Order: sequence, then C-alpha cells, then structure tokens
Amino acid sequence: MLELDKVSLSLDGEVFLNDINLTLKRGELNILLGPTLAGKTTLMRVMAGLDKPDRGSIRFDGESVLGVPVQERNIAMVYQQFINYPTLSVYENIASPLKVAGLDKVKIDSRVDQVAGLLRLEEFLDRKPNTLSGGQQQRLALARALVKEAELVILDEPLANLDYKLREELRSELPKLFAESGAVLVYATTEPSEALVLGGNTACMQQGRIEQFGPTLDLYRHPEALQSARTFSDPPLNTVTLNKGKEGLTISGTSQVINLPQQQLIAGKYTMGVRPHHLSLEKCSGIDIEVNGVVTVTEMSGSESFIHFNFNGNDWVALVHGIQNYYSGELVSFYIQPSNIFLFDALDRVRNHNSVEATK
Amino acid sequence: MASIKLHEIAHCYNAGKGTGVDYALKPLNQSWDNGGAYALLGPSGCGKTTLLNIISGLLRPSEGRVLFDEKDITDLTTEQRNIAQVFQFPVVYDTLSVAKNLAFPLQNRGLANDVIERRVAEVLQMLGMQAKANLKARGLNADDKQKISLGRGLVRTDVEAILFDEPLTVIDPHLKWQLRTELKKIHQQFQHTMIYVTHDQTEALTFADKVIVMYEGAIVQIGTPEELFEQPKHTFVGKFIGSPGMNVLPCELQGSDIVVNGNKIALGRPVSVSREDSKGLELGIRPEYVKLSADSGIPVDITGVEDVGKHIVVRSKFHNIDVNIILREGEDIPGNPGLIFEPSKINLYQHSYLVGTG
Repeated sequence: MLELDKVSLSLDGEVFLNDINLTLKRGELNILLGPTLAGKTTLMRVMAGLDKPDRGSIRFDGESVLGVPVQERNIAMVYQQFINYPTLSVYENIASPLKVAGLDKVKIDSRVDQVAGLLRLEEFLDRKPNTLSGGQQQRLALARALVKEAELVILDEPLANLDYKLREELRSELPKLFAESGAVLVYATTEPSEALVLGGNTACMQQGRIEQFGPTLDLYRHPEALQSARTFSDPPLNTVTLNKGKEGLTISGTSQVINLPQQQLIAGKYTMGVRPHHLSLEKCSGIDIEVNGVVTVTEMSGSESFIHFNFNGNDWVALVHGIQNYYSGELVSFYIQPSNIFLFDALDRVRNHNSVEATK
Repeated sequence: MASIKLHEIAHCYNAGKGTGVDYALKPLNQSWDNGGAYALLGPSGCGKTTLLNIISGLLRPSEGRVLFDEKDITDLTTEQRNIAQVFQFPVVYDTLSVAKNLAFPLQNRGLANDVIERRVAEVLQMLGMQAKANLKARGLNADDKQKISLGRGLVRTDVEAILFDEPLTVIDPHLKWQLRTELKKIHQQFQHTMIYVTHDQTEALTFADKVIVMYEGAIVQIGTPEELFEQPKHTFVGKFIGSPGMNVLPCELQGSDIVVNGNKIALGRPVSVSREDSKGLELGIRPEYVKLSADSGIPVDITGVEDVGKHIVVRSKFHNIDVNIILREGEDIPGNPGLIFEPSKINLYQHSYLVGTG
C-alpha cells in the first residue's frame, strides 16, 4: 500500500503538487487523469523517490520511503518513449532485471518465457529491439517492468506514442497483465476514454491538485465538481449558465425554464453540464428538456455524428448515432433526459448528485 | 488550389541498391480533386507518410510522375511546388511573437503590410489566439506552439495544397477536439485542397470527405466515412476502422443462408460467390450491429465487459472466435445470451475481399 499524506512540491514559486492525499492499494490499477502539466509526471516521480516533496509524507506498507534512493526500492517504470537496451536481444532485455537481482539461469529462463508469452514476444526473443515495430518495442519495455515483480509499477502514458489500433489492443490487455502482480500500479494518461477502458480507480488531476479520486466509472458518472466533469469528458462537456429566481431555474438570459427533479436551491447562478451523447434528436418522454441551436459544423465518423451547434452563446456538441448531416446555419433541436443533467453551484460543486445516482 | 494526380507512382527506399524491389509504396494511380479534403489513414509503416512526402516534394518517387493541375512537377522542389505543410511537432521561431510567426510566410511572398496584417488577424481569430498575438513563442506551451504551426500552414491563401502530417498527435484531447473542428470549418469556408495523414480513425473520418486507407504500401480502399464503415472492401479495413473493429467469422454458404459453425443465418437475399471456389469465406459484422438475445441466436460465452461510459463493449467467444458486441448505455446482458446479427449489415468476404454486402 502506498500512502501520500499532504504532499506538496513547489519550484521557484510555481506550485507543481498541491496537498496530495492518496492511498493506493496493491493489486489495483490507479489512473492519474489530467491534461498535460496537470502534475501527473511530477506526482509519479515523487512516488518513485526521484523527486523529493517540500512537505508531506510518503509511506510504503506503512514505512516512510522519503529519502530512500530509487535504486534501493523495488520500482519498475515505463515511459511514453520506449526505452530498451539496443545492443541486447529481446531475451536479454527481459532477463536484465532478473540478472541484476541475481537469480539463477533456470529461474530466469522460466520467468522470461512466462512474461514473453503474456506479452506475445516469444517469437522475437533472439532479435534486437530495433528490428521490432513500435508496439512490440513498448511491449518489451512492459515485459521488463512486469518480470521484475516490482512493488511499485509506474506507467507514464505508456501507449501515447503507439498507433491507435495497437493502443486499443494493449489497453484491454494491460489490466489483465498486471492483475495478478500484487504491486501498486500507477498509470498516467491524458485521455478519458483510456481511463474508462482500463477501469480501476482514477484520480482526476488539475493544476497540481487531485480533484477527485475513486473507482473510474463512479468518477465518470458522479463528478463532484465541474472540473472533474470537464476532465472526464471526451468530447468536451457542454455547459450553460442557469439562474435560480422566482420563476425557478432558467437558462441565463432567456425565459426557458429547466425542470429538474430535485430543486431545493438557493437563488443565484448555476452551471448545467451535459455530456454530448446525452443529447438526443428524439424526444423520449414528456419531461425531456429541449435545447435549440444553430449548427456550426457536423463531423461524421461513419457510425456516429458530432453535431456542433451554438446554444445560447455557448459552443455545444452532440454525439448521435448514425450519419446525420446538418448544414452550417441550420436550426436543430435536441432533447435531454433530466436525469442526465449535472447541476453545479456557484462554487462549481455538484448539486444534484442524488438524482444522477438514481439513474443507475 | 490545384488538383493532384499521381501517375504510376511507386517508391522503394533502397532503389538501385542490390537486387529485388522492396516497395515502401507499391505502384499506384490516383487523382485528387481541387478543393477536396482527404485523409491518408493506416498503421505505422503503411506508406502514408511516404506518399505525403512524394506529394510535398520532400521525396522523389523512384517511379512515376506527380502532376498539379496536369502540370508535371515531379522534379520541382518543395518551395517551387507552392504548398503549405504542418508537421507532428511544432515548427516555430521561438524568438518571434505569435503574430510575427504567422506573418513570416506572407513576408516571404513579398505581400504588402496591410494585407499581411489583415490576414494574420484572421488566422489569430481562427485559432483563438488574439490575446497571445504579441507574446514570444518561446514562453508558450506545446499546444500553443502547435497552434502556431497550424496557423502558419493556413495563413497563405495562394497555395496549391495544404499537407498535414499527424498535426494533432501531440495535442491534449480537449484541444484536439477544438482544432479538428476548426480545421473542418476552415475547409468548408475556404475549400483548400487538404491532405491529412493520420493513424487516428476519428481524426481521419471526421475531417475528410474521402478517406484513403493504406496497408503495407498499398491503397486498400478509398471511400466516404460511411462507405468505410458500412462496406469495408477488405477485412483489414473492417478491423482497422471502428472501435472495436468489425467481427470476422469463418463461414460457409448453403443456398442463400450463411452457416457459421453449424449455425444458420438467413440473409434473405442472394449472394454471388464463384462456385468453383467457395473456400475462404468469412462473414463480417460490426459490433454495433450485433445484439444479445436471451435463449436465442448463436450461443456464446461472455469473456469480458468494458463499460466505457457512452456505451458498453461486451467481449464474447464463440468456438474460440472473438466476437465483440456494443450495447447502449444502460442496456443489460441477458441470461443465456445468444448473438443476433442484423441481416442487412452482414458483409461477406472471400479471401479477405468483399464479395457480398447488405
């Protein structure tokens, strides 16, 4: 178990990590999700002992690891750039951490065979890394991390440099590969869709802070704050400002009333958030909320269409099934089930969490 | 803007060295219309960047001619071809401001200052970078620098074509959305001839009117996004496009029924396959067109469920063949599940090539 308590790190007045509190258990995949410069890599370096925080404590299985050099801790790291020993064969690359650990030849052989099998590298064992494709080279880097039986495995955007299809393949394999390892697994990504496929737990990061941490699907379905909802939305979350007044909840600057199931709200400004796939071209029930806008552009991907439109001065996008071609300037109406709406207050905290919960 | 014609083009990087021809790009003929938006899509090593570099003049093809508007430009340099290019990594002058970076290609063409100013202002607005116009490029983050590169590619209105080589690969997902949509709008507005190389299907399909799918140095299919999705001409295209890609199952034909491992699927339409050789038949069906039904259909074992928020990907096995199913958000997996294929969406392949469609 890896425990971070009130960990902060600043450099030249710039805050890189801001009061990080995290408990990561062995055998679970933990994802750090956030845009570039959110602090993901810095946090991983601090976990590994490559950088020292200004404040806070880091304990592994109850013991402080602050100040323990990285080579004295059993850690495996895989980066975006695949790093392998170019002069060694695939076999020797995988075997290298075991040789360093002083295992005997028979044990090394059997471990290498096992891991090479898992990562489908068996047929390349005699080859040099530079004769492999990018995907195979990254599999090799993963194999070295896996064979080591490290206690802490750090994967920093390991699939970012791979082809889309390869990424898709490795994404669904990775959780299985590390499932039985019993290590603390940390995986950084900028892509919400990657976090969802990987499952496990996710920490949404933004500007050196952890906005929210919990099981990945829970975070996706029940963001506590506007920022987590935004970080965890691909395509981007649609938002519009609402006003709570005498007429109830209305879209700012219009008289359109939004009827949400649970409305004990104080007067003031709110933000309504809707995921693109929750905008439908068809009305499903009488309580559906209608939004109208002017189409700016339509993108069609063969199976689905992204309809971009302007709604009350905001850029919105709807993700709908099939080929739906709308022209720029056309008027379009979408319908939203009230249970699919997130409502955030003036402090950007979610206000209708319970009604969202009720849908699932 | 120009139409682009590739006449008997082929390329091998080791031409003339030793024996045997090892084509990075196999011989092809191809015409691209003036004002079209095209994407070259394929896995790494498929030849898409080789093809782009032949069009831009960075690479001289070992065989064939390149024509812009019927004019042979094979021996012209990149500069002489009058094209704009945007690469995967930002190409900017760090010491110049954002506006000066954008003005640079126009100054090189000797345009008047007021024309340059007007055009730079337009591009700054397109990119949403008005507020940063006077900042030095050096202090900007990677996303902003790549935006400048895109802007430099778009700033000239007199180019024959604009070529993009994986321009959004290193950009954060949220900004990627914004820039991709912006490019689409720019194309609709100005109708530049645009060629866009990517390995990302979403980028290719949403950006282009026509997508050119490449595999092992050859073009395997050219089509609209809808054609590539509904009627992949080769099982490779079916698998490469879509997430997950098309399911492919070995099958036989009995009259107008398809038989998969003893399970009959009525197609309800005639299929023509050469009778002398009815071997190598495969059925292709997209996960979007497979349903799970309780106590009916082709019985399967469910091996995995991935809830990705907007939909659920169900992994199943049928006689050791993987079959993926996409369920909508909130849909449940029935007890004792069986596969039902939507008959009109079944494609039939022989030796990997499409022979019959829904």
